Amino acid sequence: MEFNLIEILLSPVTITIVKVLLVFGGLMIGILYLTLAERKFSAYIQGRIGPNRAGRYGLLQPVADGIKFLFKEDVIPTHVDVGLFVIAPILALTPALMLIAIVPFGNELILYGRRIPLQIADIDVGIIYLLAVASVGVYGAIIGGWASNNKYSLLGGIRASSQIISYEVSFILAVIGIVMTYETLRLSEIVQLQDSFLNWGIFRQPLGFPIFLIATFAETARMPFDLPEADAELVAGYHTEYGSIKFGSFQLAEFAHLITSSAVMATLYFGGWQIPGVAVNESPSLALSLAGVGSFLVKTSIIIFFFILVRWTVPRLRFDQLMQFGWKVLLPIALLNIFLTGLWITLLRSRGLASAPAR
Amino acid sequence: MTLDTKATVRVLKERHPEAILHAEDPFGNLVVTIKREDLLEVCKTLKTHPDLDYKLFLDLCGVDNLNRNQGPQFQAPYHVHLQGKGPGGGTVQNHRFEAVYHLYSIDKKHRVRLKVPLEESDLSLESVTPIWKGANWFEREAFDMFGFQFKGHPYLRRILTHEEFVGYPLRKDYDAEERHRLSRTYEVVDIEEVLAKPKEDMETGERMVLSIGPAHPATHGVYRFQVVLDGERIEECQTEIGYLHRCFEKMCETHDYNQVMPYVDRLNYLSAFMNNVGYCMAVEKLLGIEVPERAMRIHVILSEFNRIMDHMVCIGTNLVDLGALTNFWYFFQPREEIYSLIESCCGARLTVSYARIGGLMWDIPKDFIPRSKEILKKLPKFINDVDKMNTRNVIFRRRTVGVSDMTAEDAVDWGFTGPCLRAAGVPYDVRKAHPYYGYDQFEFDVPIGTRGDVYDRYLVRMEEMRQSIRIIEQALKDIPEGPVITDDKRVAMPPKEEVYTNIEALMQQFKLVMEGIQVPPGEVYTYTEAANGELGFYIISDGTGHPYRFKVRPPCFAVFQAFDSMVKGGLIADLVAILGSLNIVAGELER
Repeated sequence: MEFNLIEILLSPVTITIVKVLLVFGGLMIGILYLTLAERKFSAYIQGRIGPNRAGRYGLLQPVADGIKFLFKEDVIPTHVDVGLFVIAPILALTPALMLIAIVPFGNELILYGRRIPLQIADIDVGIIYLLAVASVGVYGAIIGGWASNNKYSLLGGIRASSQIISYEVSFILAVIGIVMTYETLRLSEIVQLQDSFLNWGIFRQPLGFPIFLIATFAETARMPFDLPEADAELVAGYHTEYGSIKFGSFQLAEFAHLITSSAVMATLYFGGWQIPGVAVNESPSLALSLAGVGSFLVKTSIIIFFFILVRWTVPRLRFDQLMQFGWKVLLPIALLNIFLTGLWITLLRSRGLASAPAR
Repeated sequence: MTLDTKATVRVLKERHPEAILHAEDPFGNLVVTIKREDLLEVCKTLKTHPDLDYKLFLDLCGVDNLNRNQGPQFQAPYHVHLQGKGPGGGTVQNHRFEAVYHLYSIDKKHRVRLKVPLEESDLSLESVTPIWKGANWFEREAFDMFGFQFKGHPYLRRILTHEEFVGYPLRKDYDAEERHRLSRTYEVVDIEEVLAKPKEDMETGERMVLSIGPAHPATHGVYRFQVVLDGERIEECQTEIGYLHRCFEKMCETHDYNQVMPYVDRLNYLSAFMNNVGYCMAVEKLLGIEVPERAMRIHVILSEFNRIMDHMVCIGTNLVDLGALTNFWYFFQPREEIYSLIESCCGARLTVSYARIGGLMWDIPKDFIPRSKEILKKLPKFINDVDKMNTRNVIFRRRTVGVSDMTAEDAVDWGFTGPCLRAAGVPYDVRKAHPYYGYDQFEFDVPIGTRGDVYDRYLVRMEEMRQSIRIIEQALKDIPEGPVITDDKRVAMPPKEEVYTNIEALMQQFKLVMEGIQVPPGEVYTYTEAANGELGFYIISDGTGHPYRFKVRPPCFAVFQAFDSMVKGGLIADLVAILGSLNIVAGELER
């Protein structure tokens, strides 16, 4: 039997498996070290040292945390609904990880003459997948809060559901602005169209970006929108009753959500893997492709650190203020943004100008 | 007698000639003893008469006169056995109990101590809660500790001890060494009953009862709030305290005056030195001792440093509860440095016990002044940074402005003192109104707020820290030379060389160590401006070497009783914000 190693190694199936493993592994390691990064960064902000016992500079701290979570006794309180109680952390973690599948993290990689798109799934309804999966994440919090059979958890679950559903509307409307601008639902195409500085989403959608940013803060339940778990008010909100790796899963989900949201934001508004000043090449060299991956990672990291910085700076909103802001301020602006975007496109077309960036 | 205090007696004699049994003013405290039957009428006059204007209810405590000696010729035995003697045995007064009220007028700047004698057979008296809202918890405490029955009190239940507790612990026939006696039948207090809400309304979808605390992240200390929630809105709240009650006042009665010092450290442990100062001042007044100039100045400097630390903790934890986590840890660094400074003075950091009756334990170290100046140089940076980060922050303002608004009248009526009162717009500060330890030599301002809400309390505390820095800067300029403790033989240890060479010094040392400080019989109420407000010490001595009765007027006790009404109508998040802004310190609250 003829047997070509390269052929097998570069077959679409193998490549997809390798990509999944690489991205998933990278994401998990990213989450682990994000916990350390957040702690170190907050320590720096507050004039502290931060974790420094496990390994040099505390570099083994995430490993120690992971081991602790895995080996702690997994207590399931007697008063909970066991089935839902077990499902909730899984439901929280899975959608957060699934989102990364559609994010293009680099330009095409050309290996032995084959073009390998640096994206796990380049589906043509990428945006719809994004919206669909992002909204599933809230079920983890709702079900966890309900199944815990604890008043604080219940309040946390209720807060999570109303908050995330409210801000989802603005989130979707902000994304619609992007879809109108680039006239595609495919994320890889959206990135390719952001080929110059002025074509970046943030410049094309100057009003849509802040809406998207705020909605993302709410979706990821980060400060100042961390009401579902507001420790000073609701003890720990929906995960009060959780311990061991189940609690760990909620934590992982939170950080995974943070990373994937930042990646999506980099993709939609900051040109994804595009390097400012470097033109998109039809057949990029290996170095250029890898540089694109680097560019994507740098952008994502900057956004993540922005999230961390905000978390350790501002106080938390109050629940009624959160709702008022979501429905009375953010939503009208999001609708206005769609209207203005539509007006802009119509105006350009009526003058015979292309509304979307050239393909 | 000054003119003002005469006015009080004059008006009372005019209006209620029958009511007054006795009037005197030992140690400058005006004391008026009145008949029980006339209490309510006299109190109304005291509050409403324009010349008297006693609007601020400071304190109420009970006194048990069993075996108490009040005569100045009485020779104190070494130890008085308190138990075993019934009424009539020993030197009992003709009435066994007294209810003692302390009132103050902010405008007229005068005080009065009102005494109501009570017979053991009938301990009922009128509640003054209709006149001063702030009497509420104080009356509950007197009921709890002495069994006084206040007629017309809205909710007369035990407050510091447990519902199951049997007996009245501060009565003299309750042996201090006895274990807690508990009843077998525990009457469960149900909030539904208490609030008289229809039962079916609860837990069936309309309303929910949530128990916040005793162990909850926002209760820095241990208190419990039972709240009735409609969604997240609080309809009713009931505060339960007493988890940290440790019979401080009873313990003091069995210890000598120097042994009390470590206990007062643990009142407001965030600013322990200020408690030391307040306590020493009371005993010094009883003894008639003057504190040396140098000790006074050091008292002022360290008190102000303590105030800064206390406010830093309060602001920091309040912001933590609001979700702004960084500020609390950011304030750690200056606090650490102040703690180290205090450690260099006395070896302890938190519970210092540095002051002594008559002065200080020992002198400050040589590098104290440069170190203090170093810290003072750094402090404004930390305060300004937190100021910049929060004061104009939109989210912070929306969370705090208008939350638990408090008018000046309400604040006074509740018995507020300190930053919470000043935030409501009443410029009452003991340091200005009744300067002690030379506070009148320093220039400083008393910041006041306008709305009395959480935001104003925050602003007042921020400004008070800056004013404290000003005071310390002035105080550091010329610390007088000289001894730091009085040479009065009744309180001060003689120099070691003399103990070995001089028989009188040896005797003095022996007596001080074996018998402790002997304080002549008398009663005194002194007050200082602690971080939370007016910290009062009411000490009764019967000349035995132990305080006969020891009552602390904890500022946050008065403030905390308004909590239930403050949180009503707010959200859970507001409850947390308000709680943090009041700076409730469990050690001081529950004693």
